[in-house]
Amino acid sequence: MAIANANLANQPGSIIVDDVSMVFNIASEQYNSLKEYFIALSRHKLRFKPFYALKDISFSIKPGESVGLVGTNGSGKSTMLKIIAGVLSPSEGTVTVNGNIAPLIELGAGFDHELTARENIYLNGALLGYRKEFIDENYQRIVEFAELQDFMEMPLKNYSSGMVARIAFAIATITEPDLLIVDEALSVGDQFFREKCERRISELVESKNVTVLFVSHSVEQVKRVCERCIWIEKGNLRMDGPAAEVADAYAHMER
Amino acid sequence: MSQTETTTTSPTSASNAWYPASQRDIYVVKQLVSKDFKLKYRRSVLGVAWSVLNPLLMMLVQAAVFSQIMRNNDPNIPNFPIYLLLGNTAWSLMSDATRQGMESIIFAQSLLKKVRVNRWVFPVQKVLFAVVNYAFSLVAVALVMAVFGWYPSWWALLLPLGVFYLALFCIGLALLLSALAVFFRDVIHLWGVFLTAWMYLTPLFYSVTILPGWMQSVMRFNPMYLYVTFIRRVLLWRMNPGLLVHAGCIGFALASLALGYYVFHKTEDRFILYI
Repeated sequence: MAIANANLANQPGSIIVDDVSMVFNIASEQYNSLKEYFIALSRHKLRFKPFYALKDISFSIKPGESVGLVGTNGSGKSTMLKIIAGVLSPSEGTVTVNGNIAPLIELGAGFDHELTARENIYLNGALLGYRKEFIDENYQRIVEFAELQDFMEMPLKNYSSGMVARIAFAIATITEPDLLIVDEALSVGDQFFREKCERRISELVESKNVTVLFVSHSVEQVKRVCERCIWIEKGNLRMDGPAAEVADAYAHMER
Repeated sequence: MSQTETTTTSPTSASNAWYPASQRDIYVVKQLVSKDFKLKYRRSVLGVAWSVLNPLLMMLVQAAVFSQIMRNNDPNIPNFPIYLLLGNTAWSLMSDATRQGMESIIFAQSLLKKVRVNRWVFPVQKVLFAVVNYAFSLVAVALVMAVFGWYPSWWALLLPLGVFYLALFCIGLALLLSALAVFFRDVIHLWGVFLTAWMYLTPLFYSVTILPGWMQSVMRFNPMYLYVTFIRRVLLWRMNPGLLVHAGCIGFALASLALGYYVFHKTEDRFILYI
């Protein structure tokens, strides 16, 4: 297993999650000022109770796999995604991710609402790591995919959340990333755009060049898009296997 | 539709779509600086001219108030308005850079929670933005120098070096302060008070010679006095800044960078839990 993981670690698009735990210290209060902090400290009130958002999770994903992540609210899915995306660092264990990541965790992160849509495409592209020339060349395709040709010079604050989602999705998927992370992002757009997004994700899945990590509350959608499914429940890895099997088990647990 | 056809062609699998990790941050910094610049002057009639006007107006006021009181105290100051202007612009470079750098992590919270991006990018970008503004305020310096017929010598070529030292010093401070401000917002208010006190303790609008002897010796350990002296020597006195000033400028820059990097690096993983 260790040798297999070592091989995997060098392939773009692979994810190795090794014995990861995430502990949050829930303070009874949040100390935002020195005064509060020292008062609490002097009264020995600076107590934290540890909360395990994830507990000893291990799995590995091969390049090109499409994996759904299911679990009830607050079970640690988003924490897992954030650790994989590199936003959070785990309290224990290691996560090795290889290649370029396109994170669609809450669409519209990395946008500035005072800037116009055009300026935001460049800013967001930079944050994803795209080359400037690449954005130049593909600008038109991004706009076309988002179907917002007439609104490019408008500040983003005048956009609806669905319009922002369209642009964010178009930027992130205009090329094939090594790893695409989708976190319930598709729930904002209208029905037609949701379908378009799902088609695009399926395209990326079928290309076999992109590892797709997909969080959804729709069991049907997971079964449609993914071949494998991981079920995390209350911070523990409950089940890992073929999408249909795991998704059904999850759906039955709920009832 | 066009996108089904394009998925099979080159751009989709283009491995050349991404910068290698090492170059990414540079482009992100560039984008952020240009964003700040656009937002600062958007919907302002005079736009970027304010970067020139602001120090100029400040200098006019101070020159009017202080020239009679201060000038006679030090015959070595050959041109008081230029003396003022060089001090003030260098000072605002530092105070803008550290004030904005300090809050940069807090303001970037929505981004830091969702996208993986190297966190040092934000404080560093704010310092670079302040340097860009400083470059514009040099237009004011040039104007005033032209008005007084104060033509620069070859020593003026050392100015970029002085600004470089100062920028490094500011980056260190910005890293340190941005990390501290995440955990204790008080730092933001404290720094404001500290800056004001520091400004009065730095010979910006008076000559160091009016201070008592012991304070003059202490002044050698005021980094801002060293940076301002460097810039004044090359532009106003048209002379070599001198080995001691060079060494002091470099020393404080490295010390500040080392401290800032150390604190930032030690704490950055925990930022996300506090913003």
